[in-house]
Amino acid sequence: MSTTTAPAAPPAPRALSAARTTATAARVLRQLRHDPRTIALMLLVPCLMLVLLRYVFDGSPRTFDTIGAALLGIFPLITMFLVTSIATLRERTSGTLERLLAMPLGKVDLIAGYALAFGALAVVQSALATGLALWLLDLDVTGSPWLLLLVALLDALLGTALGLFVSAFAASEFQAVQFMPAVIFPQLLLCGLFTPRADMHPVLEAISDVLPMSYAVDAMDEVLRHTEVTGTFVRDVLIVAGCALLVLGLGAATLRRRTA
Amino acid sequence: MMNIESGPPDPRTPAVRAEALTVVRGSRTVLHGLDFTVPRGRITGLLGPSGCGKSTLMRAIVGTQAKVSGTLEILGRPAGHAALRSRVGYVTQAPSVYDDLTVRQNLEYFAAVLDPGRAAAERRREHVSRALADVDLTRHADALAGNLSGGQRSRVSLAVALLGAPELLVLDEPTVGLDPVLRRDLWALFHDIAAARGATLLVSSHVMDEAERCHHLLLMREGRILADDTPDALRARTGADTVEAAFLHLVDEAAAAGRAKETAR
Repeated sequence: MSTTTAPAAPPAPRALSAARTTATAARVLRQLRHDPRTIALMLLVPCLMLVLLRYVFDGSPRTFDTIGAALLGIFPLITMFLVTSIATLRERTSGTLERLLAMPLGKVDLIAGYALAFGALAVVQSALATGLALWLLDLDVTGSPWLLLLVALLDALLGTALGLFVSAFAASEFQAVQFMPAVIFPQLLLCGLFTPRADMHPVLEAISDVLPMSYAVDAMDEVLRHTEVTGTFVRDVLIVAGCALLVLGLGAATLRRRTA
Repeated sequence: MMNIESGPPDPRTPAVRAEALTVVRGSRTVLHGLDFTVPRGRITGLLGPSGCGKSTLMRAIVGTQAKVSGTLEILGRPAGHAALRSRVGYVTQAPSVYDDLTVRQNLEYFAAVLDPGRAAAERRREHVSRALADVDLTRHADALAGNLSGGQRSRVSLAVALLGAPELLVLDEPTVGLDPVLRRDLWALFHDIAAARGATLLVSSHVMDEAERCHHLLLMREGRILADDTPDALRARTGADTVEAAFLHLVDEAAAAGRAKETAR
C-alpha cells in the first residue's frame, strides 16, 4: 500500500450531534455577549433604517409598505451575511477551525451551531423590526406578521449560508467585507425592490429569476397583499429555504480537515 | 498492509511510525521520505532550525496536512483517522483559542466537543479545572483570552490540548517567548504528563538547549531527519558536549559527504 495516511475505509458520515451543535451555538452566542456593541448595532440599525424610510416616504405610505416589507426580509440577510463571513473567517485564520476539525466535531455540527446561534439572533432582530414597522410606523400588511417573521428567519439562514460560503474565498477581513457588495448588491438591485422585475431588461429579469433574494422579496410582497397563505408564498419560501440549505452544503464542502 | 481495524492496539507499537513519509506543499517537497519512530510514554524532542519542516511534520501527524504520501501511523492507526481525534492533542505555534471568550469558556467549549452531553458535565468540570491548574492559569480563569499576555494565551492553547487526557500530545514550539521560570515549570509538567499519565509527547523547538530535557530526539534540517537517538547517545556518537554541538557536527558531516559526492563525479 503506497499510503496509509487516509483511513482504509472512511468512517460513515456521523449524524448531527445535538450536544455538540448546541455547545457550538452557545459558544458563538457567548462570544457575541462579550461584544455588546455588535449586538446593539445588529438589533438597532435595521429599526433605525425603517424609521428613516418611513419619513422619507412620508407623502406616499403605499411605497413605504412595499419597500418596508421587502426590507424586513433583506436586513436579516445582510446582517447575518456580514457577521457569519467575518466570524468564520476569524475561525479559519485564528487556527481554531483547524483545532476543531482535528477534534471529534462534525462539520455539520459546526455549521448547524452557527446557524442556530445566528438564527436565534435573527429572530430577535426581525421581531424588533417587524414589531416597530407594524405598530409604530403603521406598515400596512394584509397577511399575518408571523409569516413576515418566518420569511425573515429564512433570509437570515440564507445570509448565514452565503457568509459561510464566501469566507472560504476571503484571505482577510478586508476581502470578506468586499464580498458584501459583490454578493449582496446585485441581488438587491435585481430583487424587485426598486422596480418590478417584470419591467427589467429580459436578460436582467432572467438573472433575477435565479437569485434567491428575488423570492425572499416576492414572499414578503405576498404577505403584504394577501390575507391567506398563497401558493406563490409557499413556492417562494421553499425556494429560499432550499437555496439556504444548498449554500450551507457548499459551505460545508469548504471546511477541509486537511489543508496545504 | 497490516490489519489496523482489529482489536485494541498493541501498547508496544510506537506512538508514531513513519516510513518514506513525504509531504508536498505547492510545487515544493517539504519533507523528503522520512523514516522514524516516536516511542510511547516518552518525551521526544523535534529540533531543527525554523523552516526545516517541523510544523509540517506535526500537521501530518495530527492529520491536518494535505498531500502526505508514504506510511504514517499514529497509535497504530493511519494519521487523520477519525478514531484518533479524541486521542491526540495538538497545540499549534500560534495560540488557537477564542480571544473573545474567557479562559474558562474556551476550555468549557472544547471540553464539550470532546466529551459532549449533559451526563458528562461533572467530568468536564473536573477536566477543565485540572487543565487550568496544569498550566497555572486558575487565577486567570475568568479573564478574556484576548486580554492575556502572549505566554498566557499559549498556555490556554496548551490547556485545551490537555483536556480529555490524550495519549499523544503534539506541541509545536510550546515554550517560545516564555520566561525561564515558566519554561522550567512547563517542562516539569511535560515530564509529569509522560511519567504519571503515561502519555507520549512530541515537542518541537528551535532552541537546542531544550533538547537536553527530552528522552529522545529527532534532529531535522531541510526536510530530512539528521538523527533519531537519545541525547546521550547523540553526544557520545559525535563526541560533542552539547546537543547543539552534536547538531552542528552532523550538519558539517552531511555537508562534507555532499561535497565528497560532488567531487567524485
